[in-house]
Amino acid sequence: MLNISGLNDGIVLDHIQAGMSTELAKHLGLDKLDCQVAMIRNCKSKKMGKKDIIKIEGGLDVVNLDVLGYFDHNITINIIRDGHIVEKKSLKLPTRLVNVIKCKNPRCITTVERSLPHIFTLTDEATQTYRCLYCEEAANK
Amino acid sequence: MRHLISPQDFSVEEIDELLALAGRIKADPKKYSHVCDGLKLATLFYEPSTRTRLSFETAMINLGGSIIGFSDAANSSVSKGETVADTIKIISIFADIIAIRHPKEGAALVASQNASVPVINAGDGGHQHPTQTLTDLNTIYSLKGRLGGLKVGFCGDLKFGRTVHSLINALVRYPDNEFVLISPDELRVPSYIKNEVLGNSGHKFTEVDKLEQVIGDLDILYMTRVQKERFFNEEDYIRLKDRFILDAEKMKIASPEMLVLHPLPRVNEIAVEVDSDPRAVYFKQVEFGVYARMALILMLLGLDKEV
Repeated sequence: MLNISGLNDGIVLDHIQAGMSTELAKHLGLDKLDCQVAMIRNCKSKKMGKKDIIKIEGGLDVVNLDVLGYFDHNITINIIRDGHIVEKKSLKLPTRLVNVIKCKNPRCITTVERSLPHIFTLTDEATQTYRCLYCEEAANK
Repeated sequence: MRHLISPQDFSVEEIDELLALAGRIKADPKKYSHVCDGLKLATLFYEPSTRTRLSFETAMINLGGSIIGFSDAANSSVSKGETVADTIKIISIFADIIAIRHPKEGAALVASQNASVPVINAGDGGHQHPTQTLTDLNTIYSLKGRLGGLKVGFCGDLKFGRTVHSLINALVRYPDNEFVLISPDELRVPSYIKNEVLGNSGHKFTEVDKLEQVIGDLDILYMTRVQKERFFNEEDYIRLKDRFILDAEKMKIASPEMLVLHPLPRVNEIAVEVDSDPRAVYFKQVEFGVYARMALILMLLGLDKEV
């Protein structure tokens, strides 16, 4: 059994698909934070078999919920205050993503005008399809 | 501020209004010949397209307005590295309305986000070309009297042909249309058009690879060119360009009321012998395009109720 000390104040990202925490940490920019961050991979889970968990010291404002929602909207967010879970948040698919993913269409205007923000919008919720606002190319996760 | 970037920017009611206005202009062009006196259209063509540019310029001149702009990016500040956003901010000072053609997809949207005057997308790469769609709709509406209850065949390059994608997108908004997609396997309609546009619309559609098989049942046959510039290698282009040629033999099987449309330029996908057939309306289509653009300019400038 691996022991990671509990958080007093912060957030726990639970039910991350096993193996995805490293990728998620990269997109959330966790490497740039100077607070305590713990990534736990391949924990046993009744619901998922295996899962990853990320614990971050500090407030909710340190993570971009749109990024989380896009990469895995099944993640649950536990908000910890004074060592106790005070709130559980579930995620929705964000309707708009700004500079979360980049358009890979070589014919898109964003490839030549580098200062443009990369904006994607949710065009089909059932298939979780996001399309570039400019060229409408679908994003590949 | 209204712009036209994608054919979907206008509601069905607005398109109906535009087509009605285009019809009134065609019936009495003189009445509209001074509506845009003193106004300027800027045609910003980052890639050459003589036909579309001249159609826009003719439309504005017919309305009494003037033209400024460029027809080649090499002769503009773009060659010095200016962004679309900056160019548009500056041109907005000079012109009252802008038509932009750009090789990159989404460039017209960027233009509209930075303009202080209406922007019309005159083609952004392989993406959208809404005024071609208005031209096609105006042709069909003027000659058939309706935009619903039609069996429409699309033939040729359905993969890269943006005019096809835009027209399908526009026609699924009208009831009881049926689509027949005629192309080689290599140039089939992209899956997103099949799934998200046709599939979600509930309209019936079929895919076939022989024109003779279906031409007898069509109300509209929309022919397209297999465009050389959309291919990465010339061998594929040469192998595919001669397929699906419309000739007098095939026209014999077609209904006497069927109309043949083509966004032009034609290479050899329609034999010259078909030109004299009254059902071949691709040159009339060019004229309907000018009226559609005149109506569009008036609507975007808020002058459509002036006359």
